Amino acid sequence: MENDKKPVPTPKNLTDRIWDLFASVKLAVVIFSFIALTSIVGTILEQNAEPEKNIKILVKMFHVSHDTAHSVYGVLERLGFSDMYHAWWFVSLLLLFAANLIICSLDRLPRVWKLVREPIRPMSADLIEKTSIKRSIALKGKPAQAKELVQAALREIGFKPKEAAAEEAAGTQLYAETGNYSRLGVYITHLSILVILAGAIIGLFFGFNAFLNLPEGETSSVAYKDRGKEIPLGFDLRCDNFEVAYYNDSDMPKAYKSWLSVYKNGKKVKEQTIVVNDPLTFEGITFYQSSFGLVPNGQDRGIIILRVKSAAGQSQDIQAKVGDTFTIPGTAVQGRIADFSPALSLDQAGKPFTYDEHLKNPAVFIEFSGTGQTTTGWILKRYPQTWNLPSGDRVEFLDYWGIEYTGMQVRKDPGVGIVYLGCIIMAVGLFMSFFMSHRRIWVSVSEDKGGSKIIVGASAHRNRASFEHKVDKLVAILSAGPKGGNK
Amino acid sequence: MNSSVFFGWSTIAYFLAMILYIGHLAFKNKPVGSAATAVTMGGFAFQTMALLLRWKEFAEIGNMGILRGVPLTNLYESLIFFVWCLILSYLVIEFKYRTKSFGAFITPIAGLVLAFIDISGMSKNIQPLVPALQSNWLLAHVMMSFIAYAMFAVSFSTGLMYLITATDDRKDPAYIFWTVMVSVFVIVLAAMGFDYLTFKLSIKGQEDLIKSYLFRASFRSSSFGVSAMSFAVAAAFTFAVWRFAGGLKKIINSFDISAEILDEITYKSIAMGFPIFTLGGLIFGAIWADQAWGKYWTWDPKETWSLITWFFYAFYLHSRLMRGWKGKKVAMVAVIGFVAVIFTYLGVNLLLSGLHSYGSE
Ligand code: HEM
Repeated sequence: MENDKKPVPTPKNLTDRIWDLFASVKLAVVIFSFIALTSIVGTILEQNAEPEKNIKILVKMFHVSHDTAHSVYGVLERLGFSDMYHAWWFVSLLLLFAANLIICSLDRLPRVWKLVREPIRPMSADLIEKTSIKRSIALKGKPAQAKELVQAALREIGFKPKEAAAEEAAGTQLYAETGNYSRLGVYITHLSILVILAGAIIGLFFGFNAFLNLPEGETSSVAYKDRGKEIPLGFDLRCDNFEVAYYNDSDMPKAYKSWLSVYKNGKKVKEQTIVVNDPLTFEGITFYQSSFGLVPNGQDRGIIILRVKSAAGQSQDIQAKVGDTFTIPGTAVQGRIADFSPALSLDQAGKPFTYDEHLKNPAVFIEFSGTGQTTTGWILKRYPQTWNLPSGDRVEFLDYWGIEYTGMQVRKDPGVGIVYLGCIIMAVGLFMSFFMSHRRIWVSVSEDKGGSKIIVGASAHRNRASFEHKVDKLVAILSAGPKGGNK
Repeated sequence: MNSSVFFGWSTIAYFLAMILYIGHLAFKNKPVGSAATAVTMGGFAFQTMALLLRWKEFAEIGNMGILRGVPLTNLYESLIFFVWCLILSYLVIEFKYRTKSFGAFITPIAGLVLAFIDISGMSKNIQPLVPALQSNWLLAHVMMSFIAYAMFAVSFSTGLMYLITATDDRKDPAYIFWTVMVSVFVIVLAAMGFDYLTFKLSIKGQEDLIKSYLFRASFRSSSFGVSAMSFAVAAAFTFAVWRFAGGLKKIINSFDISAEILDEITYKSIAMGFPIFTLGGLIFGAIWADQAWGKYWTWDPKETWSLITWFFYAFYLHSRLMRGWKGKKVAMVAVIGFVAVIFTYLGVNLLLSGLHSYGSE
């Protein structure tokens, strides 16, 4: 690894100095610190919030008076901390960071590229002595025999050895390398950061983030930005239905579901159900399930959907409102929907009451008449056991429709693919940087006292220890001789 | 058999292992060392069983399927998984570097965290997943984040041990750094212990303790006397540590472990943790956010703190490249990095969300 300070004998001009500044890791470390420290402030102050909220936070944190907090906040706000991740200085910091990354990499790449591309060459004996991993062993066999042994052993530990006549004494040198490309890992990692930044910028300029609250049964051709600004979609989106599913008997939501249809020039072109984590995409615009709610003053829009079945098996679907009556098909029984509750529960005395305005446990109260006596009862959508009537007829409560809206995040981001690409590149780069290394090995084989002398020199640009184990394995294979014999 | 029984056994095993490891350090007795390793492995096996059982219980309750029903959705579950990762990394180091010296440091952390969970009465209930958490990315994201956190925890302790062995001059900034650091850790834990004892009756749960009662029994006490006393005691304690902690160096030097190995393990665990954190913590987190909310990055405090942590460790990796930064300075960066991890993991949920909510005061 290199370090940053180079001896500077000749005076440099300004461009060179700026280049050197941006090529230094020192600047990088300074920028890391700045981004980290300023971001901390941004997580303490709530971003894009009402000033009063952040003043309260300051009061809470530092136990100062409201007035002091107010003036401190005034200063912070002028510095852009109330929306700091979009403040000019934070964006400049990111750009500086990118420039640092680009220039630093460009500065070093040529040297590294040479190391990657230039094939390994045989090395003189005294240089082998200087490598970081050295071993030497004496073998009994003749050099020619030993050479074959070494070749096999090198192959066994994953190298493809080349051969050269040694410069000095009679003998040969075998040498090999693996993982030379792993030296590029760092640069690939750095490149990936730039790719991600580029993707983010494209998204910022050519995409949008908006939302759309769409009531059941309604259609929209626009979405809305933060301040109510309309964004045309280029097609129509209709919410056919919305529902919340709950875990068994609890009010713990299990899934939010919207049934959506896309219309283009009046024709239905797509139909899909979305849930959280599973959005709908059409023409580059994606709709994410994000919230839901009740249409304000929407009670008179609500439609109760029932399926009534007679004991004899005749069935009919009915849409009704509170106050309406219906007949069970094939019988004289009449039902009148007398009451509705969005969330029915029983109090301690067993008396029904409504505990929430949201549709947590919708129920209708129906009075049945026509067979002489009148029966009444609550029928609950989430509890099918309440659907059976004593007479053997059945009233299924299918839906209460039309008063809920589905809240969707609407996004168009042509940069997101590039961001993902950058993430993949980063994963590859980090893997190459940390889990691979450029390993080189030279083995010289020469005649010595009737046997052979073998000198091994090796180096790895990272994880030297684990390469050392490999080299020891090589030595062990050689010492064991051909097929365990030759001791 | 339910998972908490196995968790109980593993807690006991880790405490027993701690005693054995300390005995091994003190007497250098080989059978004691082997017993320590065996007990740790036993505890690890129990904990693995417990985790698998809890996973099964969890997946069945929400009938969500094995991949989605990952029991990593609350503080209790994540602390347990953190301990599991920590012990696993410790065992790997013990076998790789053939040293048992860390055992005496790591097993008490494991035992304490598990005991803390029990004492604090943290909610162990299984909560079914809310819709946003029903994603296959959750498994990869949370699991990899915690594996990385465990790696960073290892680098924190080896970095700290490195500083202890490498400094003895009381005026050396690195010496001041680590003594103050250790003091602050001890003081914060002790102060929280006091809070717990004082407000035991009114605390509703783990989060409530930190959100509403943090340091109320000491530094933030409504009585000025108590609060002033606390600061004085804390300062005196820090001073005493600074004055006398040099003795720790002798203890660590008596271990069969050198400063170079400590430095190497610090680097290695960050070099493992960094890519895992990048991929699992940041990238998978962004993909999940993208699918769930349509925004891969929103600068919310949790995301931002993950990014801050990431920058700290990028700082560490690059500061090794600078002249004069090898050794002590780099070790300090590793130690600070873990403070950022703790804040990302606990502080954001407990402190910042408390700050951002209305009510109290
Ligand atoms: C947050 C952004 C960055 C990340 C994630 C990152 C990542 C990395 C990684 C993983 C390494 C390998 C470290 C090791 O060998 O232990 C590395 C090395 C390096 N980085 Fe960065 N880097 C970032 C920003 C920068 C910047 C802004 C510069 C500009 C000066 C820079 C300059 C270098 C240099 C010079 C090396 C050493 C290359 C070598 O060993 O040949 N990095 N970086």
